[in-house]
Amino acid sequence: MTIALEIKDLHVEISDKEILKGVSLNIEHGEMAAIMGPNGAGKSTLASVLAGKEGYTITSGSIKYLGKNLLDMPIDERAAAGVFLAFQYPVEIPGVATSAFVRTALNAQRRHRGESELDGIEFLKLAREKAKELEMSEDFFQREVNVGFSGGEKKRAEIFQMSMLSPTLAILDETDSGLDIDTLKIVAAGINNLRSDKLCGIVITHYQRLLEHLKPDTIHILADGKIVKTGDKSLAILLEEKGYQGIIEAA
Amino acid sequence: MAIDTETINAVEKATKDYKYGFVTDIETEFAPKGLSEDIVRYISSKNDEPEWLLEWRLQAYSKWLKMTKEDPKWANIHFPEIDFQDAYYYAAPKTDAEKPKSLDEIDPEILSTYNKLGIPIREQEMLAGIVGSGNVAVDAVFDSVSVATTFKSKLSELGIIFCPISEAVKKHPDLVKKYLGSVVPQTDNFYAALNSAVYSDGSFVYIPKGVRCPMDLSTYFRINAAETGQFERTLIIADKGSFVSYLEGCTAPMRDENQLHGAVVELIALDDAEIKYATVQNWYPGDENGKGGIYNFVTKRGACRGKNSRISWTQVETGSAITWKYPSVLLQGDNSVGEFYSVAISNNKQQADTGTKMIHIGRNTKSTIISKGISAGYGQQTYRGLVRMQAGAENATNFSQCDSLLIGNNCGGHTVPYIDSKNFSAEVAHEATTSKISDEQLFYCQQRGLNPEEAVALIVNGFCKEVLKKLPMEFAVEAQKLLEVSLEGSVG
Repeated sequence: MTIALEIKDLHVEISDKEILKGVSLNIEHGEMAAIMGPNGAGKSTLASVLAGKEGYTITSGSIKYLGKNLLDMPIDERAAAGVFLAFQYPVEIPGVATSAFVRTALNAQRRHRGESELDGIEFLKLAREKAKELEMSEDFFQREVNVGFSGGEKKRAEIFQMSMLSPTLAILDETDSGLDIDTLKIVAAGINNLRSDKLCGIVITHYQRLLEHLKPDTIHILADGKIVKTGDKSLAILLEEKGYQGIIEAA
Repeated sequence: MAIDTETINAVEKATKDYKYGFVTDIETEFAPKGLSEDIVRYISSKNDEPEWLLEWRLQAYSKWLKMTKEDPKWANIHFPEIDFQDAYYYAAPKTDAEKPKSLDEIDPEILSTYNKLGIPIREQEMLAGIVGSGNVAVDAVFDSVSVATTFKSKLSELGIIFCPISEAVKKHPDLVKKYLGSVVPQTDNFYAALNSAVYSDGSFVYIPKGVRCPMDLSTYFRINAAETGQFERTLIIADKGSFVSYLEGCTAPMRDENQLHGAVVELIALDDAEIKYATVQNWYPGDENGKGGIYNFVTKRGACRGKNSRISWTQVETGSAITWKYPSVLLQGDNSVGEFYSVAISNNKQQADTGTKMIHIGRNTKSTIISKGISAGYGQQTYRGLVRMQAGAENATNFSQCDSLLIGNNCGGHTVPYIDSKNFSAEVAHEATTSKISDEQLFYCQQRGLNPEEAVALIVNGFCKEVLKKLPMEFAVEAQKLLEVSLEGSVG
């Protein structure tokens, strides 16, 4: 396996406060990595910086994705290159139907990559397939993006978008938060469906529950802006027993 | 030398030679600067008008003279005082010699906008006023001349009159005489008075009793509309039980050297008749510093004169440096319905003070107002509306919704609704919201692959959805693109 994503000694500040204090992380093609850690450790900051959100100052370090310097690329270019962020708090866009939104996004990415755009019929066929996999009613195609969605619906809609856009680097920012057990299973199955040797994933979570379904290849503990421990799924079990404090102290 | 400068120089030369004012030389296809009784007579004679219309114009002129200190000051718009004697009120259309010969002579910036809007090359040539392109107008838009001929014969078979108002004055004087100025009186306001005195031409539509106009009158005449003058006059009459949908304007950018535009549009719907009037306004807005640009001071009003009649205004206002416009409906007939759907954009230094008036006179009258104002850059946007329930407006209802969307930190959105009810059984509801495009929304859209401008356009289109869906289908698509073009540079 070759390395797809290479984060080297990443230091990030928000309004002069250092949040990430030297994060280094390699993810291989087809690898699913979980990042766990206490509140305020910098997990969501890492996700935002990978996607290119403004408001963060990168003071040093580098992020290379498929050989390209991700930090030099605008947000939409990263998306076209395969980066997808499933938001912890998906954003509402009133007046825009979900299907129109996804189609606009998909075609923007395809244009960017020099591929032909999907027409309405091709798009609908694909959308129906994906919705079925996620056990979603097609009614939601016409619903406005995330407007009036329940917590579970929002997360499911994020995974739907992800499967429509078929990214190569998926960052799932606390996708399990606020989900009941049944929805969690559906969402996890949806993610597992997308797993292939072309997709690498970063799953950010607090809990082991999602990981039971996703079975990540590696688990990293992020605490106070640094990765303090890396291991396999046994680390998550250890974490459940000892808590973050126990692991961090031992590290 | 720019064409307009040439014209100005030619006029100056001509007027110097004739210092007593008016030039009677018929060969000279322009009137000198300034406004006088002679100019009014000149315009009237150019259109070969009957005596009554000349009298009507002169009457308007003398009334306007008394109003000269009355140009409206209450609107939330700011501009240097207009010197009405420093303007031209009549200029003949450009001759072939003055017209550009090919698209190569057109400002590349305009061409790039045409392309963004997806306007076909032939149509671009017509919009740009290329020599000889006008002859193929219909051909280019509708693939074949025969289609246009079919349209024309179809219309006349049904007894529909659709022609320039100057022609209607000659061919259908009774109709024009009866309805001209019957909805917007000469003294209605300063600019309406000015228009009544000096209007150059415009459109006339008459739909006979019980006839449903089989086509959207707009689409066919879209190109012709590009050559409308500075002071346009439109009169549309829908006789009992008839229906017509009319679309004015064009999504293509309009460069025009006339800074002040003062159109008057009058609609009359008799018993059980319906008029749908849609406008897409994309006059030159000036540059990003607010230099240049059109002042669009328009009076549009419809009268639901008959029972069960219906008038709806739909407007997408993206151009002009200043927009001052309140398409209104007088709900005279019982059970009549008035609607106003508006999207207005002010980007850069644009200013728009726009809205509507719904005057409920008859019983069970109903009105709906949906206004979407978008401000970006240093744009200022005001919704100004009046809903009046007269004493006789038993059980009349109104619903108004005025939403403002702000992009960036330097623009403004204002809502000024007036409600005046003299009838206890009438119901008036008003809702208003102000929102901002959030950084989170922009980030979300961009993360999915949209560039910043596409992201803004998508969010704005969502915001305007209720209004855009009221536009005829093909225009709705163009209008969506137009919103995107109009908001270019508003982020990032």
